[in-house]
Amino acid sequence: MGAFIVRRMLQMLLVLFVISLFTFVVMRAVPGGPFSSEKSLPPRTLAQLEAKYNLDEPLVMQYIHYIGDIAIPHITENRLENSVLNDYLINIYIPVVDRTFRWMNFGPSYKSVSQTVNSIIKDTLPVSATLGIGALLVALVIGVPAGIIAALNRNSRWDYIAMGVSIVGVSIPVIVLGPVLRYVFGVQLKWLPPTGWGGIEHIIMPAFALGFAESARLARLTRASLLQVLNEDYIRTARAKGLAERVVVGLHALKNAMLPVVTTIGPLFAFLITGSFVAELVFGIPGLGKFFVTSITNRDYPVIMGTTLLLGFLVIVANLIVDVVYVWLDPRIKYD
Amino acid sequence: MSVTDIASLSEARPKGDSLWMDGLKRLARNRMAVLGVVIIIFFILVAVFADQLAPKSYEAQVLADNNAAPQWVIDMFPVMTSKADGGYVTVSNDYILGADDLGRDILSRIIYGTRISLAVAFVGPILALIIGLVMGLIAGYFGGIVDNIIMRVVDIFYAFPTLLIIILMMAYFRGSFNESSSQGTFGYALYMADRSMGGMLFIFIGIALTSWVGLARLTRGEALSARQREYVIAARSIGSKERGIMFRHVLPNILGPLIVAETLTIPTYIRYEAFLSFIGLGVNRPTPSWGSMISDGSRAIASYPHQAIFPAIALFLIMFAFNFLGDGLRDALDPRMRGVE
Repeated sequence: MGAFIVRRMLQMLLVLFVISLFTFVVMRAVPGGPFSSEKSLPPRTLAQLEAKYNLDEPLVMQYIHYIGDIAIPHITENRLENSVLNDYLINIYIPVVDRTFRWMNFGPSYKSVSQTVNSIIKDTLPVSATLGIGALLVALVIGVPAGIIAALNRNSRWDYIAMGVSIVGVSIPVIVLGPVLRYVFGVQLKWLPPTGWGGIEHIIMPAFALGFAESARLARLTRASLLQVLNEDYIRTARAKGLAERVVVGLHALKNAMLPVVTTIGPLFAFLITGSFVAELVFGIPGLGKFFVTSITNRDYPVIMGTTLLLGFLVIVANLIVDVVYVWLDPRIKYD
Repeated sequence: MSVTDIASLSEARPKGDSLWMDGLKRLARNRMAVLGVVIIIFFILVAVFADQLAPKSYEAQVLADNNAAPQWVIDMFPVMTSKADGGYVTVSNDYILGADDLGRDILSRIIYGTRISLAVAFVGPILALIIGLVMGLIAGYFGGIVDNIIMRVVDIFYAFPTLLIIILMMAYFRGSFNESSSQGTFGYALYMADRSMGGMLFIFIGIALTSWVGLARLTRGEALSARQREYVIAARSIGSKERGIMFRHVLPNILGPLIVAETLTIPTYIRYEAFLSFIGLGVNRPTPSWGSMISDGSRAIASYPHQAIFPAIALFLIMFAFNFLGDGLRDALDPRMRGVE
């Protein structure tokens, strides 16, 4: 198991490297640069700006510098010059030599003055993550009970209603549900603010818009899984020895039926964080997604790279966790 | 047992339908799937006869009628009050679903927008099927180092957040191949082709480059298990060529689940296009796309909700129809689902 995790970690580094290379190449192939605008800057200013951010070097060198700043740890003085160029994610003070160990500098933002990629991510990732967690809760709270009710009352009215609603849910993308919710609850009923970010009341609508479709998927998954488990021999045994239906379902069936559901939560969460892009744009929420889209139009290279790498990292880690949890939950699975 | 006995035995066998006819019959019995098919056929007809159906031009701007709405729309949305009642909405019953902020007929734009969504719904899966099938078959059937290379590429694509990669590529396409490309170059040819399709070409390329991955993985798995089957061994024993076995025997046997999987992802492609148009990287204006209409309408949702709600309903209907069809197809064609219900 340990060897498996180590091997997957190494694979992850390789994948992240390829992602960074691909993003770098595509991003730099787009014409225009961060400092080209309608009113062009004086050539000397432009040259100075480019020199400041190493943009005057050959592309290969720029890439190597970029990766180097992230990957290679630095041991530096305790106090650094206060500059956007040396904002490290990890700063650990080493008492013995009275120096500081610094690691992972994702660079400055070219467009947001005095912001670095690290500081932007620190500001926006919690917003996207909050939204993602909210959506995940919505998906779980609606989806799992609906699936259980449908499976236990199979082919009854409840089953048809739950499955009917869930197929409607799968068909509603955020850009459809978002404006409809905003109109009904934000404009017409005035129960919730139609846009913005801040309090709990701002989270409800976007989280619902984002999580509803996933709740529909979870409901179908839960239903299928529970139906399968209810057909197994050990359930018949439990019933045969006279256990109450409540115990049979609650204790014996659900435990095993939840296996596939639990394992989808990891990738679902990663998906919801990336998916929160859409909700952020529809509801005007200052999260990672909004920054990413504007950073592309602005050619803000470090922000584009940082966001892609972060999200790629999240997706990979989520998948790795699923693989590990699988082994832990189901002893029949083995990795070599 | 004599020869005639055997002959009569084979006659006594009930007449079976082919696998596909069998599936089709199951599909026809599924009421919701039939409803899905009906809605899809309706949209296809709308797309084909858009020129005849649309009451107005989708791009002509009548600035005097900007944000106009007919009386029934105003009655439907209580926030809207007509100018006659001391409100702000220009009433014009000329426009069945109202007009947008530039005074363009919303119904006509929805009708023409059908073309965009349907084109993505059909071209996306076909491109994904072709690329994914070939890659997956090669990986699964030949195995070894080829398999390893293809699957590593698939792994990397899997870790890539699909939305980001599509946004990046669209930014690249839109930024690189445009009016400023010099005539006669490949880039200029691409730009002209894309422009003649209203901006669809780059959307297709973006979708094709990202969507084959899941299908390749699925095909590989199916091909791997098919390779062990008796019919492949039998075909090999009578001297069939590997390529022949792969395309003539393995492919038809694994096609069912692949088509089901691809039908179920059609709504995803429709959603991608709508989202790309929503953020302004999709179709070229003024080509109407439901995504860009929702995006424009959302900005005015507090005053003119009809501008976002009507295209949203259209988008919902088409996704709903394809979901029903996909579900029905899965129940009808996927052999592993047989006997479950």
